[in-house]
Amino acid sequence: MIEVSNKCIGCTKCVPVCPFAAINMISKKAVMNEACTLCGACVQVCPVQAITITREEASAKDFSGYKGVWVYVELTETGDKTHPKKIKPVTFELLGAARKLADELKEEVCAVLLTDKDHNYAKDLGAYGADKVYMVEHDELFEYNTDIFSTVIVGLVNRHKPSSMLYGATIQGRDLAPRVASTLYVGLTADCTALAIKDGLLLQSRPAFGGNIMADILAPNSRPQMSTVRPNVMKMNEPVVGRTAVVVREGAKLDKSLRRVKVLERKIAHDAAGVKIETAGVIVSGGRGMKTKEKFKQLEELSKLLGGVVGASRAAVDLGFKDKTHQVGQSGTTVSPKLYLSFGISGAVQHIVGMKASDVIVAVNKDPNAPIFNVAKYGIVGDAHEIVPKLIEALKKR
Amino acid sequence: MNIVVCVKQVPDSTEVKINPETGHLIRAGVPSIINPYDHYALQAALELKAKHNFKVTLVSMGPPQAKSVVQMGMALGADEGILLSDMAFAGSDTWSTSYALAKAIKKIGKVDMILAGMQAIDGDTAQTGPGVAQQLGIPQITFCEQVEVDGRRVIARKQIDGGYEVLEARPPVLLTMIMTKDYTPRYPSFLAVSASLKKPFHVWSAADVGAEAHFLGLKGSPTQVSRIYPPPQREKAAMFSGSGQEGAGKILEIMRSEHFVE
Repeated sequence: MIEVSNKCIGCTKCVPVCPFAAINMISKKAVMNEACTLCGACVQVCPVQAITITREEASAKDFSGYKGVWVYVELTETGDKTHPKKIKPVTFELLGAARKLADELKEEVCAVLLTDKDHNYAKDLGAYGADKVYMVEHDELFEYNTDIFSTVIVGLVNRHKPSSMLYGATIQGRDLAPRVASTLYVGLTADCTALAIKDGLLLQSRPAFGGNIMADILAPNSRPQMSTVRPNVMKMNEPVVGRTAVVVREGAKLDKSLRRVKVLERKIAHDAAGVKIETAGVIVSGGRGMKTKEKFKQLEELSKLLGGVVGASRAAVDLGFKDKTHQVGQSGTTVSPKLYLSFGISGAVQHIVGMKASDVIVAVNKDPNAPIFNVAKYGIVGDAHEIVPKLIEALKKR
Repeated sequence: MNIVVCVKQVPDSTEVKINPETGHLIRAGVPSIINPYDHYALQAALELKAKHNFKVTLVSMGPPQAKSVVQMGMALGADEGILLSDMAFAGSDTWSTSYALAKAIKKIGKVDMILAGMQAIDGDTAQTGPGVAQQLGIPQITFCEQVEVDGRRVIARKQIDGGYEVLEARPPVLLTMIMTKDYTPRYPSFLAVSASLKKPFHVWSAADVGAEAHFLGLKGSPTQVSRIYPPPQREKAAMFSGSGQEGAGKILEIMRSEHFVE
């Protein structure tokens, strides 16, 4: 409940700070409308403490039976016939995050694996931090399907009662997790960038409004507390060779009629080293300052040496230096690599919004006042044409 | 076929900022718009309507002023508009919002296809679409670029990592739409807006759709916002200038200290 007491002096300070345009002034008094999310932004600015938000007391429900931090294991196609699937890297990142949470709670980390055929996945899951792997092996699990996978997960959750469950904020995770959360009537927080334990609860931090604000979210009255977590955000633990997970095999009755959506065609570019820019750990990006297509090509060599992918500003794409699948920014792809190395990009706001979430930004530009230096961690004022070949040379020498 | 399109009124989020000194949101002068992904979904529905003569109904949930996005959608060609508006909805998270929307869609009656944007640009959750589908007990296809209808088959092209899938489902089905990059949003003319005022428009309360109070608002929402704050400010860039050789040396040194290279 949000209430405005008669202490309200009609100063209107709360009106512009509301992120949801939920406050109207009626008879010189603030009145909240349906758009209100009880975020509390107005409470902070009210000079006379006229606004109060009362939250329900944590329910008397007993959650002591809910234990364990679960991680959904996402498999991805490899295009290789003998090992057609492998574990997606975000899974290992989640195991690292889950390990920290579980150690603090003194609970177990459990990986949840749905597959038609086991390829000794538990070995890697254990090495990256899982104590236990709940494995469901069934022919109907040969490919991802919303209805089938959510049915299996809901069954496992109801049987084993985890306290939390993490999914990658991938196309698959963002399809599956809301379906599961809706069925179970539990809280789900999307696209988390940080997770912590606060008074025994999972404190989930996430950006909103295109990254302009951050919100901390709790789900105190339901279990499991569920989150999707962006790839490339959590740190993967170093794998511990020989650290093993206990495999618990789970049965599932899966009727064919569950599959209500059928795949007619699937195209994945397996050689798409240059295309998967959204998941790249290292991006070497170039802009108008690279001058010509030939000079831009040097960035390919540099990115290869760094195990990365080439990105391009809109200007570079418009000039034909690189095709649009590599464009970073508002009308291209939003990226968040660990390293973003830019050459000759001045940093138009449309480009900045697409890369500012990168961990470390190193920018090279001739103009010391280029806006890209406002988001960079390291700024190099210099000539990209001289720096790139020297850098390639130095990397080759190592 | 009867198509329902879910639309949301959102602040133009790219313009919402936080005052770094006070930590307060600066929303003054930020316009309210139709969520761009919903706009795309609406245009996809209107293309199907033009091809197959389907009926398109808009549903939105929000304060009374959210009527403007429903009105705009009707001016663009939707046949009917519904606004779910009630103080009981205040504070609803994605679970409670999905519940209320699903109740409204049930009240509309025979619905073959539901289209929605993949996410709204204020919350960016992408959870309400799948939530509605689950509450209605129907299949979902998320992150679609295109949708076509062939008799009683709904065929959608969905984005997946590194490629795409073409998927088929039978109605009723819910689809969420991403934007293809070459898409141009259309806006109605003034004349079209005035003409659309004659189209049926309803405001429904929680009671009208049979939504139970304990599933709505803060009380019914499993998630709670505990705090809103500005994102951590980046330190100013450490600047360096020099020759090509020196610049390359500096970058190598940075990559070593940040452990990107040995």
